[in-house]
Amino acid sequence: MIYGVSYLAIALFVLFVLIVLGLSFYFGSKTKSASGYYAAGGTIHWAVNGIAFAGDYLSAASFLGICGMIAFVGYDGFLYSIGYLAGWVVALFLVAEPMKRLGKYTFTDALDSKFNSKAIQLTAAISTLIVSIFYLIPQMVGAGTLVEPLLGLDHWVGVVIVGAVVIFIVATAGMTSTTYVQFIKGGLLIIFSTLLTIYILNNGLDLNPDHKNQEYIQPMTLTDNDMQGFTQVSTVEAKEASFVKMEKEGIYRWFSVNGDKYEEALTVTKTADGGRLFNGEAKEEGKFYQVGTLDKIIQDGKEVESTGKVGPVEFLSVINSSDMARYIKVLFDDGDNKVTAYMKTVTPGKEMLIPGLKFKIGKGATPLSKLNFISLMLALFLGTASLPHILIRYYTVPSQRDARKSTIVAIAAIGFFYVLTMFMGLGAASNGVLNMEDGNMSAPLMAKAFGVGLFAIISAIAFATILGTVSGLIVASSGAIAHDLVDRYMGKQLSDKAKVRAGKIAAACVGVVAIVLGIIFKGMNVSFLVGWAFAVAASANLPAILMLLFWKKTTAKGIAASIIVGIISAIGIIMTGPSISKQFFRSEGLHGLDSPAIISFTLALLTLVVVSLLTQKDNANKKA
Amino acid sequence: MDHGPAVKLGVDHAAKRKTRLGIWMFVLYLIVYAVFVAIGVANYEAMSNIVFLELNLAVTYGFGLIVLAIILGLIYNWRCTRIENEMNKED
Repeated sequence: MIYGVSYLAIALFVLFVLIVLGLSFYFGSKTKSASGYYAAGGTIHWAVNGIAFAGDYLSAASFLGICGMIAFVGYDGFLYSIGYLAGWVVALFLVAEPMKRLGKYTFTDALDSKFNSKAIQLTAAISTLIVSIFYLIPQMVGAGTLVEPLLGLDHWVGVVIVGAVVIFIVATAGMTSTTYVQFIKGGLLIIFSTLLTIYILNNGLDLNPDHKNQEYIQPMTLTDNDMQGFTQVSTVEAKEASFVKMEKEGIYRWFSVNGDKYEEALTVTKTADGGRLFNGEAKEEGKFYQVGTLDKIIQDGKEVESTGKVGPVEFLSVINSSDMARYIKVLFDDGDNKVTAYMKTVTPGKEMLIPGLKFKIGKGATPLSKLNFISLMLALFLGTASLPHILIRYYTVPSQRDARKSTIVAIAAIGFFYVLTMFMGLGAASNGVLNMEDGNMSAPLMAKAFGVGLFAIISAIAFATILGTVSGLIVASSGAIAHDLVDRYMGKQLSDKAKVRAGKIAAACVGVVAIVLGIIFKGMNVSFLVGWAFAVAASANLPAILMLLFWKKTTAKGIAASIIVGIISAIGIIMTGPSISKQFFRSEGLHGLDSPAIISFTLALLTLVVVSLLTQKDNANKKA
Repeated sequence: MDHGPAVKLGVDHAAKRKTRLGIWMFVLYLIVYAVFVAIGVANYEAMSNIVFLELNLAVTYGFGLIVLAIILGLIYNWRCTRIENEMNKED
């Protein structure tokens, strides 16, 4: 679809960026020491840190990705909300206080606190970099996604803008400005998501979701007796359905065959000469409509056209008993043209509110698809407590008690937000606002239907969301390079000032890498991508963290080996799996496992145990 | 250079008891979470049963896991604070 430029959104976005830059200048002038740059001097109040945790954690994956996934596949998207939040339980009960006790600036400091081992310094720093880069990709993809409707610019421009602003934020003031950017953004995100949910509930559910700012265009339905001027040109049998190509006034459109009816599909046709047609016309014609409505509404056992205002429980209950019109992606060839069609399918609301539309665990499930589901839930559960950019936030507060309290504030804020994702996602699914080409835009487009003002604010916050998270990731990465690798592993013995300078240079380099990757991965669901970051983090880092804390026989070699095995196995499984293969090589991949954690985490854990048992001499020598 | 904490921390005599408490609470949550995943894999249709108000098991359990994390967090903090006050008095 094509978006109109919103000048209000641009103004709000620019205002936010100016505030952020002002903060960076202000804190930058005060940040002279390495402790200030990497850990905000350990002086942040626990409540501020808790909301900053939320600002750091509620990334593009949460706001754009989860809401989009819920809008497209219902409850399966909400599984990410559950898993992401559950991960904080591991962080609070097992990791928060020991991390605060052991570390200084980086995750590597904590892992290496008992050993002073070059192997740990190297592997943990590499792991930090890899996990952060995996996490950066979806943030940058999200930035590009947002910039199209917000500023009317291309995807890559959004990626470059975010990259440039973040490099500036981090390179000027490090963790202090990053913390306050995250605090402001985390607070705003929760407040305005609540407001959007209230709008959705007040608006209720309607078969014809016209909004003040946006008329809903019903896709056409033809019959043999009423062809509305269309003539049939050809038919195509795709794997999932039959399609008929129709012509009217020189424009070709595709309809899916449903009994004796022809239902208009949304199509993107890649022509042989490299052009793209949207529902048979140029993109600018605006014929690639927004879709997603209820097909039948049942309220209190009666079929109705509209529910009027509803409460949160009633909202979910009505959806549960109603039917939803979803659009399913089907690919087929039309001569030399490649057609991507989105075909209307009626799904019972009951199926939208249980797992199974994306993750095959019910109808049509195989042992492998069930394993994928378990593996994803494991990765989400274990991933949070092993994300370096989250762990370093424990160094910004004064005490262990503050670390604990800030985690609880984070859990409450993040948990509340995740409950809202259900309403924002299903609201988008039933209000005719979905852009089938990009699920990530579902929540902002939902806001747009209620008014340009709300859309502008929500989009600016979504952009800020990305700024906040990317800043945190770049601080973590720059710490890994400058502090862990250059200063400690290579033994350069940098002065405090030189260490800050090295961190800034590293931040700029990682920012550039993030920009390039954000452009390459355009179009993938951001929450799905973050699932991979969690899997890599859980496999590479968590066995090392947990065993260091709870198993006395853990050795430095065991930790280093486990990190290496965790990284290689997790990335190896992802790279040879179906999603990467489909995205880049148009093949099915070497295996069907998309989420590697169940194998890679187990392998890393076993490696740590075996290698530690084999190298017990090291610990004995150290004690002697 | 050294790599101790970014700020100087006092001795925490309560660390062992807090760790034990944390492990127990973690195990409790893990069980509840694992049961959720197990229901999804073993009998996902049970997720559509209406169990609370007018909400199905999937929604109730999902929201319940989020609320449970918050409640356990508050209990954990309350207990830890008491343990710290009791054991770190001399500091």
